[in-house]
Amino acid sequence: MIFSANILTVITFLPTVGALVLLLVPGRDERSNNVVRWISLVTTLITFGLSLLLWAQYDPTNPGFQFVENFPWIGETIGYRMGVDGISILFLPLTAFLMPLVVLASWSVTVRVREYMIVFLVLETMMLGVFATLDLAMFYVFFEGSLIPMFLIIGIWGGKRRIQAAYKFFFYSFTGTVLMLLAIMAMYWQAGTLDIARLLTFKFSPEVQIWLWLAFFASFAVKLPMWPFHRWLPEAHVEAPTAGSVLLAAILLKLGGYGFIRFSLAMFPDASALFANFVFVLSIAAIIITSLVALVQTDIKKLIAYSSVAHMGFVTMGIFAGNVLGVQGALFQMLSHGIVSGALFLCVGVVYDRMHTREIEAYGGLVERMPRYALVFMIFTMANVGLPGTSGFVGEFLTMIAVFEVNTWVALFAAFGVILSAAYALWLYRRVIFGALTKESLKGILDLDRREVIVMVPLVVLTIIFGFYPAPILDATAASVNLLVTNIANVAVAVADAPAAAVAH
Amino acid sequence: MGSDVVSLGALAPAFPEMIVAIGAVVLLLIGVAFRRERSALIAGVAIVLLVGVLLLVLFQGAEGVLFNGGFIADGFARYMKALVLGGSAFALIFSLSNAAEHGLNKFEYSILVLLATVGMMMMVSSNDLMTLYVGIELQSLALYVVAAMKRTDAKATEAGLKYFVLGALSSGMLLYGASLVYGFTGMTQLDKIVGMIVMGERSIGLIFGMVFLLAGIAFKISAVPFHMWTPDVYEGAPMPVTAFFATAPKVAAMALFIRVVTVSFEPITQDWQQIVIFLSIASMVLAAFAAIGQNNLKRLLAYSSIGHVGFALVGLSAGTSVGVEGVAVYMAVYITMTVGIFACILSLKTEAGFVERIDELAGLSQRRPFVAAMIAILMFSLIGLPPLAGFFAKWQVFLAAIEAQLFVLAVIGVLASAVSAFYYLRVIKVMYFDEPVAEFHAVPRELTFVMALAGFLVVTYYATVGSPLTAAAHSAAGSLF
Repeated sequence: MIFSANILTVITFLPTVGALVLLLVPGRDERSNNVVRWISLVTTLITFGLSLLLWAQYDPTNPGFQFVENFPWIGETIGYRMGVDGISILFLPLTAFLMPLVVLASWSVTVRVREYMIVFLVLETMMLGVFATLDLAMFYVFFEGSLIPMFLIIGIWGGKRRIQAAYKFFFYSFTGTVLMLLAIMAMYWQAGTLDIARLLTFKFSPEVQIWLWLAFFASFAVKLPMWPFHRWLPEAHVEAPTAGSVLLAAILLKLGGYGFIRFSLAMFPDASALFANFVFVLSIAAIIITSLVALVQTDIKKLIAYSSVAHMGFVTMGIFAGNVLGVQGALFQMLSHGIVSGALFLCVGVVYDRMHTREIEAYGGLVERMPRYALVFMIFTMANVGLPGTSGFVGEFLTMIAVFEVNTWVALFAAFGVILSAAYALWLYRRVIFGALTKESLKGILDLDRREVIVMVPLVVLTIIFGFYPAPILDATAASVNLLVTNIANVAVAVADAPAAAVAH
Repeated sequence: MGSDVVSLGALAPAFPEMIVAIGAVVLLLIGVAFRRERSALIAGVAIVLLVGVLLLVLFQGAEGVLFNGGFIADGFARYMKALVLGGSAFALIFSLSNAAEHGLNKFEYSILVLLATVGMMMMVSSNDLMTLYVGIELQSLALYVVAAMKRTDAKATEAGLKYFVLGALSSGMLLYGASLVYGFTGMTQLDKIVGMIVMGERSIGLIFGMVFLLAGIAFKISAVPFHMWTPDVYEGAPMPVTAFFATAPKVAAMALFIRVVTVSFEPITQDWQQIVIFLSIASMVLAAFAAIGQNNLKRLLAYSSIGHVGFALVGLSAGTSVGVEGVAVYMAVYITMTVGIFACILSLKTEAGFVERIDELAGLSQRRPFVAAMIAILMFSLIGLPPLAGFFAKWQVFLAAIEAQLFVLAVIGVLASAVSAFYYLRVIKVMYFDEPVAEFHAVPRELTFVMALAGFLVVTYYATVGSPLTAAAHSAAGSLF
């Protein structure tokens, strides 16, 4: 392939090129809006195709970084470095897969279509860049750069209380992240490089690790989000337009999880071991408390938002269990949650487009008028609950096994979360879909149209395929995760040996 | 002492200053001969002159020490002079389309800007307490007059007067400090003062002198607590003049600050470091909170510039070559953003006159999408969000602070930048999230060009100018250490 040398650059910046093309489309009438939509769709589809090509060319037996590009750029500090390994590779196809669906789901947007598509395409570049870059400063650039498009998406195309939601989203993320910026600088002066591949082999002293870990935690815990740093999430989700909610839940939250694995766990293993129990407590709190909070929600989007926080609790729990199953389970849970939560927000968008309300009270008995919708919504509800046979089950199961090896109490409490998730998800399904169709306003509601079916089918297929056959994901991640866990374990052994060696002398 | 100027060629390092000075005088003669109708022509010639000298500095800049050590042209001076000249040229460009409305349609305006530029170039190149003072005064006197140029306007007059009184006070402090430094070292030449400090005791009188000297310069860069004049003068002066105040003089004074502390007071770095750290923290924090309540765009930008001086000083606090490099990059990016933002604001004119309040920008994204997009980009960049230039500027200065282990300063700095995001975002919120109220006049072509240029540089910083600019700043900083 002609691209094989710089395929990551092409994938990452192709959406931006598409955004630039959108700037050149003349006119502001409905016809040029359609041109804009089609250009966005084609751009995202090509990006998705290339990301599949990347996955196909990826060698899963090689645990190191592949498709590496590495040039010095600004002075001696910031470079242009790209590369993926088993931990990051799958997020690229996931992001690129969701984007065409998001564009399709946004076909009905009529306000400032061009700007809308431009910010979404720029956002795609930022999200892909986070996973593809191997330069710590550039990681920050992409990570933080995603704030700009998301702030505009919530603020311009959001609901009634969009301004407050946009501000909250911005300030929570920004404040957490600037502390990480200082930690990145400190790492540069310690290790003398910002190359992630080289930083992974550098040993930071345990005292330094604690501070660096905390700074990174400030950023990722807000992004993921972990309880109690999740306050911005329900509001941002509720006020964001459907497409914004989808990307927020499916990809942006995963930036935090990815960061925890790539940096907190891999680069600061001593601090991670030290703080593991702290993270477990917060994870359990997330799983149980936010599940309970989800039970009492009256707004569908808010309920799903809280369930996202609960599911991210499994991710943090798995990551800081620090064993192969845990990290793999966390990765699987993130990818699965990316598909399922994205799909759930799309489902909410479907009825919201028709009824313009997200109140659970306003619905009921939809199965009579919308059988196809009821089916799709059921599959995703089951996946959200973690029913075996759906992708949601695998991730939760793996993380729980992993944490059982480390701490049985944590696993016990996490299991309560599974029960609670069944409670709120099934109850939501009952209230929205079943019951008698008594409400006048719902009598004329239409089932999924062809465009919506096209959006939903790929998500349904993936949810079920990965539920029965998780091997493609687990194979791709296995080698790199093994390497990561071995590295951490070596550090732990070295630390354990140190006192013994001191005695021997 | 014999003169070191033996031939015209030996003056090469000072050619840029001489050309601008002679140009100003010649234009003054022409202006008097032609009477007032030709102010636009003279402004045009002045712009060409500044751009020509800018190219000379960039590509043919001779380096060396002149006038018995009173004047130095090194890599650092060339870098800063290029910024000063660029800032001045843009300030004149800004007044082209709206000189009459702002009372700047007098040929004296261009000439005063040229003279101020000569002063600033002298400040950047000064290697002696004498030339330093002469440069500052030449610059300041020209600026006092420019601030009050619109004589019929009470606010402009007030601004000029305030600027003059406080400026005179700061000059007095600076002179007092200079006399103490001279008294305790016996030298006025910057690179000889350092020799005396190394040889002698770290006397309390010298420290006093340094503090007064730095306080005087802190007035000029409007660092807190010497910032009080800034919001009033920015608000009162005509908008193109405000744009001028916010760019070139800041750079010149910052360059002077850097040269004085790194060259003369290098052995007592510990002492001036505390001062710079205090100025930096105070500026960042006060500006971040004080700007929140502002509804006047000029006052907002005044506080913004105070905050940005604070961020630039973060780099200087490190007292290292990396730090000076960071400040150099920061000032270049700051000038680009400020020029861009003023171009945007100056291009917005409604029936009621030029836009001055933030709420007048409501719904701008629907009326003037291009201008709104440029303002938004520049505001995001002023916050310091990647991938825009403002982030990379902050990156450079904070990198230096972390290297010098100034963690408390760095943490306060980034948190202040989070607070400052609030008022920048408010502008974006008003433009994008609110509904339009007013119609805007057409945008002058040269302003469209300036804002497009600034927007382009800010967005593509990483891909285009970032690398060469950092390299230039690196060699500029290298010439001081």
